[in-house]
Amino acid sequence: MAISTLKKIVPDDPAHIKAELLAKYPSKVARKRSKQIMINEAMENTTPEISANVRTTPGIITMRGCSYAGCKGVIMGPTRDVVNLVHGPIGCSFYAWLTRRNQTNAGTDGVNYMNYCFSTDMQDSDIIFGGEKKLEAAIQEAYDLFHPRSIAIFATCPVGLIGDDIHTVAKRMKEKFGDCNVFAFSCEGYKGVSQSAGHHIANNQIFRHIVGENDEVKPGKYKINLLGEYNIGGDGFEIDRIFKKCGITNISTFSGNSTYDQFASCHTADLNAVMCHRSINYVADMLETKYGIPWVKVNFIGAEATAKSLRKIAAYFGEKELIDQVEAVIAEEMPDVEKAIADVKPRTQGKTAMMFLGGSRAHHYQELFKEMGMRIIAAGYEFAHRDDYEGRKVIPDLKVDADSRNIEEIEVFRDEAKFKARKTPEEMKALEDSGYKFKEYDGMAPDMEKDTLIIDDLNQYEAEKLVEMMKPDLFCGGIKEKYSIQKLGVPMKQLHSYDSGGPYAGFKGAINFYYEIDRLVNSRVWSYMKAPWQDNPQLSATYGWE
Amino acid sequence: MLLRHTPKEITERSALMINPAKTCQPIGAMYASLGIHGCLPHSHGSQGCCAYHRSALTRHYKEPVSASTSSFTEGSSVFGGQANMLQAIENIFAVYNPEIIACHTTCLSETIGDDLKQIRKKAITEGKIPEGKFMISASTPSYVGSHVTGFSNMVKSMVGLAEPTGKKNGKVNIIPGWVEPADMEEIRRITNMIGVKTIMFPDTSGVLNGPLSGEFKMYPDGGVTVAELQSTGDSIGTLALGEWCSADAARELDVKHKVPCQILDMPFGLKATDRFIDALRIIAGVTVPDELSMERGQLVDMISDMHQYVYHKKVALVGDPDQVIAMTEFLVSIDMCPIHIVTGTPGKAFERRIKEITKDMPFPCNVRAKGDMFLLHQWIKNDPVDLLIGNTYCKYISRDEDIPLVRWGFPILDRQGHQYFPTVGYKGALRLLEKILGVIQDRKDRDDTESKFELVL
Repeated sequence: MAISTLKKIVPDDPAHIKAELLAKYPSKVARKRSKQIMINEAMENTTPEISANVRTTPGIITMRGCSYAGCKGVIMGPTRDVVNLVHGPIGCSFYAWLTRRNQTNAGTDGVNYMNYCFSTDMQDSDIIFGGEKKLEAAIQEAYDLFHPRSIAIFATCPVGLIGDDIHTVAKRMKEKFGDCNVFAFSCEGYKGVSQSAGHHIANNQIFRHIVGENDEVKPGKYKINLLGEYNIGGDGFEIDRIFKKCGITNISTFSGNSTYDQFASCHTADLNAVMCHRSINYVADMLETKYGIPWVKVNFIGAEATAKSLRKIAAYFGEKELIDQVEAVIAEEMPDVEKAIADVKPRTQGKTAMMFLGGSRAHHYQELFKEMGMRIIAAGYEFAHRDDYEGRKVIPDLKVDADSRNIEEIEVFRDEAKFKARKTPEEMKALEDSGYKFKEYDGMAPDMEKDTLIIDDLNQYEAEKLVEMMKPDLFCGGIKEKYSIQKLGVPMKQLHSYDSGGPYAGFKGAINFYYEIDRLVNSRVWSYMKAPWQDNPQLSATYGWE
Repeated sequence: MLLRHTPKEITERSALMINPAKTCQPIGAMYASLGIHGCLPHSHGSQGCCAYHRSALTRHYKEPVSASTSSFTEGSSVFGGQANMLQAIENIFAVYNPEIIACHTTCLSETIGDDLKQIRKKAITEGKIPEGKFMISASTPSYVGSHVTGFSNMVKSMVGLAEPTGKKNGKVNIIPGWVEPADMEEIRRITNMIGVKTIMFPDTSGVLNGPLSGEFKMYPDGGVTVAELQSTGDSIGTLALGEWCSADAARELDVKHKVPCQILDMPFGLKATDRFIDALRIIAGVTVPDELSMERGQLVDMISDMHQYVYHKKVALVGDPDQVIAMTEFLVSIDMCPIHIVTGTPGKAFERRIKEITKDMPFPCNVRAKGDMFLLHQWIKNDPVDLLIGNTYCKYISRDEDIPLVRWGFPILDRQGHQYFPTVGYKGALRLLEKILGVIQDRKDRDDTESKFELVL
């Protein structure tokens, strides 16, 4: 059903659209935003440079959140057996309480603290006199109540400002307890320019405080870690279902449906499969350097992408048994997928979508839309860096600015005791010679059509203008964008939280997604914007009952 | 079990809050600001605060919530946020063109000591606030009070716009407190029925329950106007609903501009609504219309008709002080027994009020200000209840303990209706009673044996 209420204001000339987006800004803002709005030329094998991971201009209504949100909310949120204790005033912990739709399965008797919200609820006296004593008492109370395997402390803005030494408190309590790993994150909200800083802070501390702790060899063959999968709406469950069917053993997911022990054992896996490049590529690098685990980029969003990723994992291990099983699973799963595509495609073919979110999702989901015959006419990330747009080849050229300098980079060395080359140099070379690509990610831009718009850190004003001008059939973003877009008469799909849907990963997830998008772009509701008297307001004659 | 680690045995905690029954000041300030027409709320802090508040309000209302942020970085946290704020003011008026910016602080900007009043002066001096446009500000440190305090502080800042002309405007200021847009609409319906001219602030009706029409209005039609706020100093009096939410603003108008005020409970339930309407009648010097007495009679009628289903039923109640005080009175007035009562907001006066209201109840009442839902859950484990009333987070307790739940308060993230159907006034009380009876009778229908199952209840 067509969206009847919007008219295209200008033709789809990307330069014109870009100029319109910038027209209203004060000149300084316009100059800055201009560098973050790129007209894609991906067809010519070179990518123009985009400005990304830079500060949002004050006063501009951004989609972005903060470092704490990235650390506590995104990375540590889905780990069920760690008590996540937020040190700060109450709000930060309250807002991150069950709002991200991370699913977990602790069974009927397992440990699960994810439904709880823990805070030191700092008061003004703590701000004035320091909050370390209260933090220490709160850690003790949490330990006494729950005896958890681990307690993680998260710093909020005032904690850094008043100088509470959370790491020393954590260390002291860890030593005192003996059976509980207490560690802390300096993820104050003002660090960095977006959530991305918080992902980094979180992953660094997991790496430093947990990874490598448990050398016990887990049962199973073809052991991998899945990095950057957060089990929103059960995505991780679906991916694990497929792994199991293929005979692939997932040692640790970072961090969907995860446990402490999974992190502690991840160095025993033989391959790292990276989903969300933005939030975790550096962990893959560190695991390789320290323990010798190679990494590959995968994507389980999209049925074809899922099949491709499974083949990539199988090819790495190179054993016929696994390669055959992966093919058998793909052959078994694909007919349902194809049936669903055949069903929805007549209704979705040629429709257009925009996607502005995350650091990888705005790229990954393009696969699913393509499978349905839909076109992405504009996309961008909320908190990604240039390499997520232009590919890892630009990493050496990335400028370190004042904001990124403040985010710690851990220097990692080979762990002589635990390092184990997973393949001989010859084996690695043979794989690479056959076209196998390790540590490679080309970014979003090459996968987008020429003359589409790629916009970093899109804001509310630009989103509204863009929708008015380009009139997409669907807009994808987060909760803050949801209703301003829908007020315009355009359906909006949340791809952070999936609204209340999912899973959308893997084969079954793809089918869910096709039908969900079909529902959205073909809903009758979008034809109800105007009442009969608004469509035809002028009466030519008076109605006479008499 | 969702909250499987909550022990029955209660141990006192001095430092650890678990499952809070409050959140922080700035979100209250943001909600209040949205009740001014043409207002852009601004959060002076790091981006996350603003993102979290917008998300929480959006999830509760299923409506767009526009608000800007000073986007603090580490540098601004060290050197102060003045430059960010000045830049924000310039950009906001250039890009979003609101009538007024309502700026609140955060724990970040409060800790470093940013002074919004001084920044506003500087912005005026530098010509960054265009002619005819306004900026107000409220200090809302997250480490003091709760979201209710932030709401109250922003409402108090609104009356700073009052510019008395010396000539009375014949209106009554109504400060409704943190109630739903539908409640504000209902208060207006009641005052219109009685024939009292009012200035209600804040007023989120028409802002956070807007229509879908193919048009996005960044500044929806609703809200109190700046001109009305300027006129509040000329009003004949102020009715402030709720000591925690509304009294400070009312007293400020009284002290500064000699506008007399009366602090009432929020009009939830029979008795509080009686007092509200009686106060309105006396101030305006009018007779209460028969239609309102009719609505009251209908409520009394339903209470008497259904009394057997609520009589001496035990209730656990959690929410914000003003709402919970009025609700406790309503429950007691229909012979229900609220035995566990928690608010996250501090205030000994809350505990005193609740003790007073529940003193003749046949069961003792556990009450705690600055409490949390973990404690509430433990109380319930020790002394079970027939009904739980509170926000959406209560559903974890409700499911684990198999207790019927009426969702009421903030936030409600999983059900609809609060935006559109009021719970204030007699009509609102009817709706509350309908909801309470609904879950209690559904439970009876579910639990009765086949031989006890009945058609007529």
